[in-house]
Amino acid sequence: MNGAHDLGGMHGFGPVEIEKNEPVFHSRWEARTFALNLASGFHGKWNIDMGRYAREQMPAADYLATTYYEHWLFGLEKLLVDQGLVSAKELQASRPEAKADAARAMHVADVAPFLRNRRAARLDVEVPPRFKAGEPVVTRNLHPVGHTRLPRYARGRHGVIHRDHGVFIFADTHAMSRDRKPQHCYSVRFGARELWGPGAAACDSVFVDLWDDHLDPA
Amino acid sequence: MGDHPHHDDEHDRPLSGPALRAKALESLLTEKGLVDARALDELIDTYETKIGPRNGARIVARAWTDPAYKARLLADATAAIAEFGFIGRQGEDMVVLENTPKVRNVVVCTLCSCYPWPVLGLPPVWYKSAPYRARAVIDPRGVLKELGSEPAPDVEVRVWDSTAELRYLVLPERPAGTEGWSEEQLAEIVTRDAMIGVAQVRR
Repeated sequence: MNGAHDLGGMHGFGPVEIEKNEPVFHSRWEARTFALNLASGFHGKWNIDMGRYAREQMPAADYLATTYYEHWLFGLEKLLVDQGLVSAKELQASRPEAKADAARAMHVADVAPFLRNRRAARLDVEVPPRFKAGEPVVTRNLHPVGHTRLPRYARGRHGVIHRDHGVFIFADTHAMSRDRKPQHCYSVRFGARELWGPGAAACDSVFVDLWDDHLDPA
Repeated sequence: MGDHPHHDDEHDRPLSGPALRAKALESLLTEKGLVDARALDELIDTYETKIGPRNGARIVARAWTDPAYKARLLADATAAIAEFGFIGRQGEDMVVLENTPKVRNVVVCTLCSCYPWPVLGLPPVWYKSAPYRARAVIDPRGVLKELGSEPAPDVEVRVWDSTAELRYLVLPERPAGTEGWSEEQLAEIVTRDAMIGVAQVRR
């Protein structure tokens, strides 16, 4: 979706301000929101791409006016209701109507193994790559209303395959229908001038990780 | 939400907005048996005290002092980082980018906030915020200049937008004048911002 989350290349947000000696969390609610997201994800009712898509659906004006953990809170409330762990009425009232069915909450002993997970989106399946390193490609000019990892600034642009990362879950379909649609994911190199015009430095480039379904031969 | 009186003193302020919502949500999920408050404490403690940029600094220091390790790190970052036991969520598939006198690498996630947790911990606010996500790809030289590490015109700037599940760690240049330093001494001077690519390591 062409949402407020797709920020690459926008102007008007001001300088990057690095806070000295920044704490990991700035307040207790941020820490609890972070942990609630992970502990709720433990139930396996959604995947990471659905999680990102839920946060992207925050109304655009709200997204830009709120902080990172407010996005996480919004996304978590949405996922809990959409995936049936909590009813809309329960969320509204902050009061349970019933215990969850057969749910087993993450215990302290589950935390370390959960965080030491070594398998994410890489898949051990044989899928032929559509492209090889060094090949020129052009990104598709796609504007789906759903989730996509092809940022607006890199659509319809010419690049070169820098590296084939191997076969991965395709985030765009995984977020919408849980379809893993296994395919190769590549690091694609775009000249800064291809993306941003003659004002950019000729020697600079931007590398974007994209999947077969984002690319055509150039 | 938003009806609470606004106090000047942060500590006197009643919970409002997201703090109130987060508290209500935690109570609801706890009462429903969906979360256990002690597991939440453990998750928070892990990222506040155990997993952070000191991990990444050890990787960098080893790569600076052990050429064979550096070769392994650049060839298969996930396996070389796992030699230290740094594995897990948001670091399942790692790539290390080497800075040289002619190449500067900068990591961003324009679409959300992807970041290599096992080696750097959770991302700082600036990395997750609109100014960095918007500008890193279109004006990396401007960002680096503001942050005090402007590259020379003939230095190539490579920006890496973390749009998939690969996670990137920059291997900064080892500063001059650190010859003979131990791995531990070197790890002390490696900063989080240098491993994201927006700063250089200074002795």
